[in-house]
Amino acid sequence: MDFKKQKPIYQQIADTLCERIVGGELPAEERMPSVRDVAIQLGVNPNTVMRTFEYLQQAEIIYNKRGVGYFVSPDASDRILALHRKEFIEEELPAFLQKIKLLGLTLDDIAKMQ
Amino acid sequence: MIDIKNFSFAYSKTPVFDNIDLQFEKGSIYGLLGENGVGKTTLLKVISGLLKPTAGSCEVEGRKSFDREPEFLESIFLLPDELPLPDSATPERFFNEMAVFYPNQNLDMFHHLAQELQIDPSRKFKEMSFGQQKKSLLAGALALNTDYLLLDEPTNGLDIPSKADFRRILSERVGTGQTIIISTHQVKDVENLIDPIIIISNNSVLLNASVERITEKLFFEYGGQQRPDALYSEMMPGGFLNVLVNDGMGESQINIEGLFNAVLRNQSTVRTMFV
Repeated sequence: MDFKKQKPIYQQIADTLCERIVGGELPAEERMPSVRDVAIQLGVNPNTVMRTFEYLQQAEIIYNKRGVGYFVSPDASDRILALHRKEFIEEELPAFLQKIKLLGLTLDDIAKMQ
Repeated sequence: MIDIKNFSFAYSKTPVFDNIDLQFEKGSIYGLLGENGVGKTTLLKVISGLLKPTAGSCEVEGRKSFDREPEFLESIFLLPDELPLPDSATPERFFNEMAVFYPNQNLDMFHHLAQELQIDPSRKFKEMSFGQQKKSLLAGALALNTDYLLLDEPTNGLDIPSKADFRRILSERVGTGQTIIISTHQVKDVENLIDPIIIISNNSVLLNASVERITEKLFFEYGGQQRPDALYSEMMPGGFLNVLVNDGMGESQINIEGLFNAVLRNQSTVRTMFV
């Protein structure tokens, strides 16, 4: 079955941080804002932001310097792009294909529109 | 830690809680939810030592609440929804006098928070609106800096910008080791703040789980079709909100109102899910 998803808050926060990285506001090797500051800024529970940081660390978009804080990985932008591609292929694309089928369109029709 | 064991409470012959167990771990912001009259305020009064359990026990850091030992009393503060306020008093004077009983209090923090919430602590309570009184009390309660802070409907009467200020100020407290319990009906005001979430009803505790655990067990679908197997469905713009048993569907964004209704309508299912 195909479920309409809404990402959990910790991933939504991850997305906004990723945008700031890709947009150049947080370049490679830049120090990340602290968990506390992000939480206060957004008015969310810091445990949620902690999960965001763990998630980004696991995706190797940021890394932890023990006792210093989190930093943007050198290849963070590439990794974010790869992650977005994977997300698109796994989640958005199936929904998109379903929709064009529903509307009686074919991939050829779409190709012609470009 | 707050440890409630085999706890029962009744007002003369009206039972409110019947043999419940409930634990609050240190350092979290708990959301205490329940329908009108299920005993949220009663529970807060029991924890803070104002009411005596009819049976069983309620201990905070190993001390029975109702014994009201000085070490216990200085470690906990309950901010009720409505407080009889001395008309001629100002928040400043009120909390200066309270501060004597709370060794960790920080009156600088009180003035700082008052400024952040845009209230004048030297104005008399009787000259303030309900919302301004509420904000003054909130600033004071936070500045008493107790290990345990119990807030009964803290966002009642707050204007829209103050609600965001409230969330910000509260999220600042995590990591200080303070344990906060917020009892509320205004779940939208605290949606991304409270974690874990406790739901009480019918003399018992229906749920006490972290948001992570809840989204592991339940899936919240937004804008889909109405699903017959949903624990709870509700119309929303663009389709239905469905609360479903999470059968490998991954994580989703929690919706506390949906959660509340799903839990209330499927009490035994939910209980076995979260054992």
